[in-house]
Amino acid sequence: MDIRSEILNDKGINPMKSNNPTQVKVEINRQRINRRVLINEILKKVFFASTLFALAVLSVLLYRIIAQSIGWLDWHFLTSKLSIFPEKAGIYGVIIGSVGLMVVVIPVTLILGVSTAIYLEEYASKSRFQNLIKVNISNLASVPSVIFGLLGLALFGRFLNLGSSILAGGLTLSLLVLPIVVVSSQEALKAVPNFLREASYAMGAGKWTTIRKVVLPVAIPGILTGAILSISRAIGETAPLVVLGIPALLLKVPTSLMDDFTALPIQIYYWTLDTVLTPEYANLAAATIVVLLITLFLMNSIAIVIRNKTQKTY
Amino acid sequence: MDNQITPQNQIRNQIRNHIGRKKNNSDRLMPRFFLIMASVSIITTVGIVLTLITDAFHFFKEVSIFEFFSTKLAPLGANPSFGILPLINGTVLSSLIAMMVAIPIGLTSAMYLSEFSSPKTRSFIKPILEVLAGIPTIVYGFFAYSFVTPILMKLIPTLEAKNVLSPGIVMGIMIIPMVASLSEDAMKSVPNALREGAYGLGSTKLEVTTKVVLPAAMSGIMSSFVLAISRAIGETMIVAIASGSSKNFTFDITHSMQTMTGYIVEFTSGDAGSGTTGYYSLYAVGLMLFIFTFIMNLIAQYISKRFREEY
Repeated sequence: MDIRSEILNDKGINPMKSNNPTQVKVEINRQRINRRVLINEILKKVFFASTLFALAVLSVLLYRIIAQSIGWLDWHFLTSKLSIFPEKAGIYGVIIGSVGLMVVVIPVTLILGVSTAIYLEEYASKSRFQNLIKVNISNLASVPSVIFGLLGLALFGRFLNLGSSILAGGLTLSLLVLPIVVVSSQEALKAVPNFLREASYAMGAGKWTTIRKVVLPVAIPGILTGAILSISRAIGETAPLVVLGIPALLLKVPTSLMDDFTALPIQIYYWTLDTVLTPEYANLAAATIVVLLITLFLMNSIAIVIRNKTQKTY
Repeated sequence: MDNQITPQNQIRNQIRNHIGRKKNNSDRLMPRFFLIMASVSIITTVGIVLTLITDAFHFFKEVSIFEFFSTKLAPLGANPSFGILPLINGTVLSSLIAMMVAIPIGLTSAMYLSEFSSPKTRSFIKPILEVLAGIPTIVYGFFAYSFVTPILMKLIPTLEAKNVLSPGIVMGIMIIPMVASLSEDAMKSVPNALREGAYGLGSTKLEVTTKVVLPAAMSGIMSSFVLAISRAIGETMIVAIASGSSKNFTFDITHSMQTMTGYIVEFTSGDAGSGTTGYYSLYAVGLMLFIFTFIMNLIAQYISKRFREEY
């Protein structure tokens, strides 16, 4: 039996006996349309479910981590030093290490990144060299972070003999996030309308004066937003620092930029690896993750607030 | 007339001097300063390639290229051997698993967000994807090892505590936001006239999506897949934590395997003395990794240029 007569039989129409061809045709068409609409509706639900998958994973992940950290994340944990005994361990030195990294990363990336962006957007002509820098930056952004660790190990660790100090780690991370700062600052500079520049030139201002007094003040919120986002990337980055050879258990709190250090993500890594021997380390790792995620969340909120408060339209 | 000392000329000269000085101080120096800063990015890329190549060169002086492309990897043994194939195998398998998770879910999410969802659901789901994309990979690693692996062990009793399946799945989850947002961008940029045309012929929303929007956005979608693969190949912390450090050459995904990135992390955090063959092997592996991701990015750029549909 072909599909046509099957459909008609369902509807109680006998194709052999029906002598109204229009009725038959309409019936078949309606069946087909209904089927197409049904498939449409079903797949729409399937697509929605798969979109919700991301939400489900996020909630499970957060729930698991927070549940594991309860009872471990307290004032004592934040203010005492590392220890091999899980009950005594705290992440004071680890937090200081992460702060030290930021002390290096923030000025280096801001100066290098914003200057590069200003050069590319305001000064560079459409030359080969400018094109080269552009291609370079987009390629840098896609190099795996662990390779930046190898670069840092060879350049800062061995060649400049900085070892695994905060300075070496900070410089490595700066190179890693540099492309993000450059691209976002370029976007911010591009968004400054040209008539502002032209008005400034018409008043007799030079190029640098125009950039300093007209372009930068308008572009600064955008630049800051990008900078905060890239710094939050640097805070969570682990692989390049592990490659630099950060010690697994550092009891001393770093006091200068040349000291050895450990940072939040690295401590999470080592504690997770050691859960085989001491199961409580999983709780310590979870508590550290909560600290890390709260930091990142705060930084992203600041970035969003800056973006929303200072959004101007010309 | 310029030489006469009149008040007008004095003022004129003052202005000239002032402008001249300013040019010297800032308008001449600042471009150079910025140019030097911009060159740092070039120096970094050149530096990466040079470091990798020179140190990999040291490695290949001591280890033949045939040994490098063999299946035996035992860098710390009494008679060390450096075959990279187990590492490439681990990298490819974990990336494959990741793509099997990320592509279906990422693409369907993109189709939903771009074509089906109301603006309200969209504005609710998009931030969640952004949050997922912003979580540090070390957190995903912890999640894979302490949550996904135990669950999988209940389902598959033969699963080892460290295996390549669980980090593969979690890596896929990590990449979903990337695939979803890049593909969604590609689909959003398909002009509405095409959709209206298909609706006018009586298509359902699904038919418009699969038969009109998807083919038109194919170049952007494919390049998002390739970029996602490149991301999976370079991903480090998830596999370093959850897939262990077994250097056996095997295709069994329930076993522990090491990826190229995992090897680099494990070997440096151990004590690889500077100048040893083991130390230089890091750079040989790093060079392979760099080449892999670089080729992937070139492919992605090629696809998005070559197969772009212009409207």
